[in-house]
Amino acid sequence: MTHPRTGRSRERVLTMRGIGKRFGAVKALTDVDFWVNEGEVVALVGDNGAGKSTLVKVLAGVHPPDAGTIEFDGEPVDIDSPADAQDLGIETIFQDLALCDNLDVVANLWLGRELRDGATLDEVDMEQRTWTLLRELSAKIPSVRVPVASLSGGQRQTVAIARSLIGEPRVVILDEPTAALGVAQTAEVLNLIERLRERGHGVILISHNMADVLAVADRVVVLRLGRNNGVYNVADVTSETLIAAITGAVDHSGARWTPPAATPVPSTAPGRVRPAPAADPSAADPAVPEEAPVDGDTGGTVIRMPRTGSRRLPREDGRR
Amino acid sequence: MSARGDERLAEPAPDERLLSGSGLRSLFEGFVARIRGGDLGALPVVLGIVVIWTVFQALNPVFLSSENLVNLTMQCAAIGTIALGVVVVLLVGEIDLSVGSVSGLAAAVLTVTFVQLQWNLVLSLIAALAIGCLVGLLYGYLFTRFGLPSFVITLAGLLGFLGLQLWVLGETGSIAIPFDSWIVMFAQQLFLPPWAAYALAVAAVGVYAWSRARHAQRRAAANLVSQSYVAIAVRSGVLLGFLVAAIWYLSLDRGVGVMFLFFLALVVVMNFFLTRTRWGRSVYAVGGSVEAARRAGIRVDRIYLSVFALCSTLAAAGGILAAARLASANQSSGTGDVNLNAIAAAVIGGTSLFGGRGSAFSALVGIVVIQSISSGLTLLNLDSSVQFMVTGVVLVLAVIVDSLSRRTRAATGRA
Repeated sequence: MTHPRTGRSRERVLTMRGIGKRFGAVKALTDVDFWVNEGEVVALVGDNGAGKSTLVKVLAGVHPPDAGTIEFDGEPVDIDSPADAQDLGIETIFQDLALCDNLDVVANLWLGRELRDGATLDEVDMEQRTWTLLRELSAKIPSVRVPVASLSGGQRQTVAIARSLIGEPRVVILDEPTAALGVAQTAEVLNLIERLRERGHGVILISHNMADVLAVADRVVVLRLGRNNGVYNVADVTSETLIAAITGAVDHSGARWTPPAATPVPSTAPGRVRPAPAADPSAADPAVPEEAPVDGDTGGTVIRMPRTGSRRLPREDGRR
Repeated sequence: MSARGDERLAEPAPDERLLSGSGLRSLFEGFVARIRGGDLGALPVVLGIVVIWTVFQALNPVFLSSENLVNLTMQCAAIGTIALGVVVVLLVGEIDLSVGSVSGLAAAVLTVTFVQLQWNLVLSLIAALAIGCLVGLLYGYLFTRFGLPSFVITLAGLLGFLGLQLWVLGETGSIAIPFDSWIVMFAQQLFLPPWAAYALAVAAVGVYAWSRARHAQRRAAANLVSQSYVAIAVRSGVLLGFLVAAIWYLSLDRGVGVMFLFFLALVVVMNFFLTRTRWGRSVYAVGGSVEAARRAGIRVDRIYLSVFALCSTLAAAGGILAAARLASANQSSGTGDVNLNAIAAAVIGGTSLFGGRGSAFSALVGIVVIQSISSGLTLLNLDSSVQFMVTGVVLVLAVIVDSLSRRTRAATGRA
């Protein structure tokens, strides 16, 4: 957590091309393309059985793909096991969170990679770094020495996300992080996702909740029946459009997305992203090098309540 | 993208809803709040000991005499050592029902190799411990490789190793260990002189206070909430007072037995490993959630293997201590109530049957309860039928306390 990648331009971290995966007679994924940049929140949406979880499991190393290539930092890589994924810097937070209820927050955060002072655990250092990390995330945890069982759903989600950041990953995958949460807790987790973006992690967010997706994501990738069914900028999409793409009322799967170059060239992106139906006027001007965050909530305590159909101000890659 | 501008210090600024404070008063209030929240810790079992001792003292004034208490400590050591292994297995949420048989097997191996085959005593001890360790590794292998429930594996082991014990003992059935061997001296006649016991108590409390103070100092330097020096002094003082009083009372008779001291040392060392090392943290994590532990990169299979091996090795050590105390091993070594007592001691001491909760000290307090009952009933000339029944009732009571406190914990957010 000592190397924030805030100064750099947003580099492409991960590119997947033509990913295919079969389970017996079922084609779970067919020719799926997907990419994530640094400091970008990509929402992965789709109906049940659309292949979201399979795609994420391919990334997490749970299921190696049958077809297609994965590039990480421009280098082709094979992700054959969860350990491979972790070594690359891909952390996945599954829905069940996988926390040990009987251990406290510090123990859970550092589980499996405890800091040591000689042969014994260095509790002081771990606790101090836990506080630093939680503070960076503006997380609301009453005490780091309470058993995780006594925390609320949102706090548990926070602990799970914070734990994934210990190894300073490049890409964080969140599987339905708000599925079981109340309004305030959802806002807390969405806030946390913003912090992840600010720290420069690439975030992949799986969600069924269009309000959440529109509230935090920069880009939305729709899967339908195991195929790409459109990539949208959140700046110019409504939840109706997304739902149309999810349910198949709009069909973009026939068109082939041309893989972008692996190097950070946001300027080549306009027009590539399907379908972006209403051509954004600013897309013609790809050279505006504005870097500053535009959502203005850098203070860390702002909780933005998600509203259905809320539009976000365009961010730098909202120009595509 | 620029939230990293303000580098804030990692000071703990707890939520305002969080109760905090320092000093004796808040220490006491925190204690009361914990009890009310169902986090009973050692309280029920300490109360249990008080009740048991009061009742038996009222029925037979010999019970709390120094002589009987010295006997009690010596009786605790063997089964307490076995219970310590059971605690570790329970912590990962598994069980070992064969500790009695394994202890008997170790006793048989020790006496046969030492007395009949005339091996060097050290070699015999190593052989007995190694047998225990091998048994545990076998359990661990069956458990991790084939996924058999530990209940079934160790139930099979209970029978199988009892058979092996009988086979090792052969036709003689009972083998006596010479009284002049040091292992028997160690278990029967070796007592610390009072000055040494006092010195040891002072040194132990000194180390305890020093490590606490050092820890508090480091935490304070790191700007974390730390234990106040007053609290440390009070804890250390109470501990020292208790130890000195206990040593004084035991020294009215024979004093503190070295074998009991050996058991205490095992408990303290085990507590250290469980709470201060990665291995111990992994044991608790596996007991809490195997899946979470596995995903955190812990090699769960190795933890299981090490835990089963440790439990069986400690069971073998307990068997050796028991054989040394009786100066013999026979066909009934490790049978009867040894299994039940060891497992009951771990549970009565506060180790949860469901994994992830408990401490090494539960073996100590649990075995004191069990042996107090056994000793008290013996003094009342009640035979073993009553002993079995009373121990069974106490075990059920302990599990009820465990369940109730778990329910309260869940209700008050301390689960």
